[in-house]
Amino acid sequence: MAAVLYALPFLLQGLLITLWVSALVVVFSLVIGVILGVGLVYGPRPVQWLVRLFSDCIRGIPILVLIFVVYYGSPPLGIAIDSFWAGVVALTLFKAAQVIEYARGAISSIPKGQMEAGKAIGLTFLQRLQSVIFPQAIRRFLPPWINGVTDAVKGSALISLLGVVDLMQSINEVIGRTYEAMPLYLLGAVIYFVINYSLSLTSRYVERRYAYIRD
Amino acid sequence: MNYHLNFNLIWRHFDKLWQGLILSLELAVLSILIGAIIGLVLAIWYVSAGRVVRGVISAYVEFIRNVPLILLVYIVFYGIPTVVDFAYSATVSFVGTLSLYAGAYLVEVFRSGLEAVPRGQIDAGKAIGLTPLQRLLHVRLPTMARITLPALSNTFISLFKDTSVASVISVPELTYGAQWINFNTFRIVEVYIVTTVMYLVTGYGILFGLRLMERRFRAER
Repeated sequence: MAAVLYALPFLLQGLLITLWVSALVVVFSLVIGVILGVGLVYGPRPVQWLVRLFSDCIRGIPILVLIFVVYYGSPPLGIAIDSFWAGVVALTLFKAAQVIEYARGAISSIPKGQMEAGKAIGLTFLQRLQSVIFPQAIRRFLPPWINGVTDAVKGSALISLLGVVDLMQSINEVIGRTYEAMPLYLLGAVIYFVINYSLSLTSRYVERRYAYIRD
Repeated sequence: MNYHLNFNLIWRHFDKLWQGLILSLELAVLSILIGAIIGLVLAIWYVSAGRVVRGVISAYVEFIRNVPLILLVYIVFYGIPTVVDFAYSATVSFVGTLSLYAGAYLVEVFRSGLEAVPRGQIDAGKAIGLTPLQRLLHVRLPTMARITLPALSNTFISLFKDTSVASVISVPELTYGAQWINFNTFRIVEVYIVTTVMYLVTGYGILFGLRLMERRFRAER
C-alpha cells in the first residue's frame, strides 16, 4: 500500500493526460459530429450517403483497431503524427460517428412543420437551425451525449497501448516497478468509475429535467 | 506518397487473420451465452428482490459499465492471480472478463424486457391458474425474449468488436493476428486494410442475419 501512496503524484499526471485526451476528443467530435449530423438530415443525397458511409464504417470497426490504423497507418502515407495525437484522432473519429447518430436522432424528432414555419417567416437555413431546430433538439441530444462522454474516457485507456502515459499506462508502469498489481488496478478502477459514474448521473439528471416535455 | 501496396505477404500469412477471426467469433459467442445466463438470472432476481440485493446487482452493473474494458481485462488476467492462488490461460481469462462485461449490459436489457411484459398477460396467467414459476417460464420469459431480441443482437455485435481488446493479453484473435503481421512483415497499410474489411464484413454480415431472424420472431404489437 505504501507503494500506492508513493506513486500518487505520478498517477495524477496520468489522470491529467486521460482527462486532457478525453476533453479534446469530446470537443472535436462534438463539432464534427453535429456538422455531419446536420448534413445527414438536411444535406443533398450524395452528402447523406457519404456521412452514412462514414458513420457505419467507423461504428463497424473496433476502437482498438481504429487506433492502430491511425497510429501505424499514417507514417507510410507520409503523415507524421505522434502517439498522443494518433490516439486523439482515432478516438475523435469514433466519437464523431456516435455524435452524428445522437444529432440525427435529436434533429429528426423535431416535427417538419417547424422547419417550414421558419422558412415561411423568411429565416435563412442557418437562422432556422440556430433559432428553431437546435433549441428544441438539444433536449433530446444532451442526455445520450453526456452519457456518451464516458465512451471517450473509457476509450482513452486504449491509447496506453501506444505508449501514451495516461492513467492506464501510469498504473501499468507503477505495477512494473512495485509488483503491487491488485491495489493499483483497483485504485485505477475507482478513479475511472468516479469520473464515468458522475457523467452517467449527470446524464440521468438532465434527462429527468427534460422529461416534462412530451410531443 | 511513395508507398506501394503489396498484399502478397498478407495472403502468405492470411491464416493468422482467418484463425484470428474464427477465434474472435468464438470468444464473442461464448461470452454472450455465459453473459446471457448471468444477465437473465440477475434480472429475474432483481425484479423480485428486496433493496439489498438490488443494490448489490446495481453496483455490479454500474462498476462494469463505468470502468474501461482493458482495465477489467488486466484485473482478471494480471490482478486476480496475484491475490488468489490459481492460474488460467489468457483465453479463459478473457472469456470470463467479457462474460462478466456482457452480463452487466444484459441485466439491464432483460430487466427492462421483463418490466415491459404487459400486465394483462401476467394476470391472464394467474386467471388460468399458473403457478408463479409457470408464469415465469411460459408467459413472462417468452414475451421478454421477443422484446429483447434486437438489443441482444446489438450486444452481440459490440461484443464481437470488443474481442479485439483480447490482443493486449496475447489471445491470438483477429487484432492480434493483424499486429503479428504488422510487426513481422511491416506491410502495415495492407494488413490493416484487410483486417478492417474483415471486421466490417463479418460484423455487418452477422447484423444482417440477426435482423432477418428478428423479423421472424418480432413481438406482435
